[in-house]
Amino acid sequence: MTRTVRLQDIANARTGDKGNRLNVALVCRNPADYAAVAAQLTAERVAGAFAARKPSRVVRYDLPKLAAFNFVLDDVLEGGVNASVGLDGHGKSLSFLVLDMTIEIAGDVPRRARETGTIAPGRSS
Amino acid sequence: MTKVFIGAAAGFAGDRSDAGVPVVDALAAFSGPRFLMFETLAERTLALCQLERRQNPQRGYSPALERMLPPVLAQCLASGTRIVGNFGAANPPAAADRIADMARSLGLRAPRIAVVEGDDIATKLSPGDLAAREIGGSSLAQRPEIISANAYLGAQPIAQALDQDADIVVTGRVADSALALGPLLHAFRWRADDWDRLAAGTLAGHLLECGAQVTGGYFADPGYKDVPDLATVGYPIAEINQDGEIVITKPVGTGGVVDRLTVVEQLLYEIHDPSAYLAPDVILDLTDVDVAEIGKDRVCVSGARGKPAPETLKATVCFDSGLLGEAEISYAGANAPARAQLAADTVRERLRKRVPRLEVRIDAIGIVSVLGAGRGPADFRQAQANDVRLRFAAQSTDAGEIEMLLDEVEALYCAGPAGGAGVRRRITPRLASASCLIERSYAQPRVTMKGVRA
Repeated sequence: MTRTVRLQDIANARTGDKGNRLNVALVCRNPADYAAVAAQLTAERVAGAFAARKPSRVVRYDLPKLAAFNFVLDDVLEGGVNASVGLDGHGKSLSFLVLDMTIEIAGDVPRRARETGTIAPGRSS
Repeated sequence: MTKVFIGAAAGFAGDRSDAGVPVVDALAAFSGPRFLMFETLAERTLALCQLERRQNPQRGYSPALERMLPPVLAQCLASGTRIVGNFGAANPPAAADRIADMARSLGLRAPRIAVVEGDDIATKLSPGDLAAREIGGSSLAQRPEIISANAYLGAQPIAQALDQDADIVVTGRVADSALALGPLLHAFRWRADDWDRLAAGTLAGHLLECGAQVTGGYFADPGYKDVPDLATVGYPIAEINQDGEIVITKPVGTGGVVDRLTVVEQLLYEIHDPSAYLAPDVILDLTDVDVAEIGKDRVCVSGARGKPAPETLKATVCFDSGLLGEAEISYAGANAPARAQLAADTVRERLRKRVPRLEVRIDAIGIVSVLGAGRGPADFRQAQANDVRLRFAAQSTDAGEIEMLLDEVEALYCAGPAGGAGVRRRITPRLASASCLIERSYAQPRVTMKGVRA
């Protein structure tokens, strides 16, 4: 049995910029989800989420020990922070394009966003 | 085993001026070598400082030091916490003079201040030489004038300065991570080809260089990623041992959180190939790094691998790229999207006749703006919104063209759709940047001592 989850429900993401290149780090909150994300969140799918920005190249690097991925997208920042006339030349907000994507994961039990520590329990998916 | 403690008080020039205070208090309570680092030099900050230095030879350092040092300087000098910062920007000697003045006016002992120079390569390589070394583009080709060209120096000159008993090390452009690696080279005497340890020190610097981004800043997403007390978020402290094992933590009693997720997000921040993060002193391989929660707000990071340093150094070149003009106007209430669309169409039509060359970007904040093209309706009238702020923006080297755009937006008050409100207009000088790879011989670091102990 599988269910569809938005990545925001199971993963963290953060963007960084260098010139006109963006990286999106995606970290599974529960390392058990790593395999499902690895199988489904391909570089091609991420390129699709950024299609309006016309990436010239998208590469996914896998970091299994960290239950994380690093997506590197070329030429998606309207020239970068010193050239873009848009409101987000750094691409700070663009992690949310990835977090809005969905994957299928096994099981039917909604999971809390954060499960340990002093952090308040998050919203169930 | 001896540990070195490095706190970070600033992740960029606009960071909180009081961020360092709890960090310095926490550092003072540790025994062992202690350092406080400040990263205040974004790509274009240095070019802005260079322009300022041309106006006044006593200026050209990062203005951030005026806000950030006074809250911590007394405690650092009293507790033996040594300061390493790149706030020297385009004029490290002037920054050193300014800090000496600051100490005097605060009634403190005269600090020993070291200045690291040699990053400025603008006098050594012509614009043509730089254009020949540009990577990832050709924006320097045919450009007769540049504003600044600075190589990213490594950690060795910072270590040398600390070896000479500097209380404060002021640099211009150095790799951000070198602000932490320098103190570690000094304290642990790591060899310059001990690649794995150099990689660990670079990793420590990378985790610290953005301040609160590793302790809960740039992280919170209510309901998904909650962070306690963001208003008092604690800036990070790294505890590093001789083997290069890092513990990231933060001062007790501060807000924020340090856990596996805050650390891994920052670990990968601005990384491209995780097996080859290029720094001046080493190539860092992150692929075998372990991140483990070992206590409340304590995360151990180990397993960094290093490869020999790159043969070349990266340099950033900045040049004038004209003016950015922005003007905004609001449409609110019933039928706001249709009125916003009419305003956009009106300005476009008028500019098409008056400045046909000017490429104008129009955002409808509240409908589609930040996420940009393809994420909202092409026609604002299709949107469900009753509070829309239109933003017009363009870049040009011709001030007249930019003024024309801004005037047309302002004229919407009387001649545009009903209810146009709250026009704001702004013109910002623009600096563009390019990256080069240069031979190391063009950027020989120099260390000089500016002050003496009282």
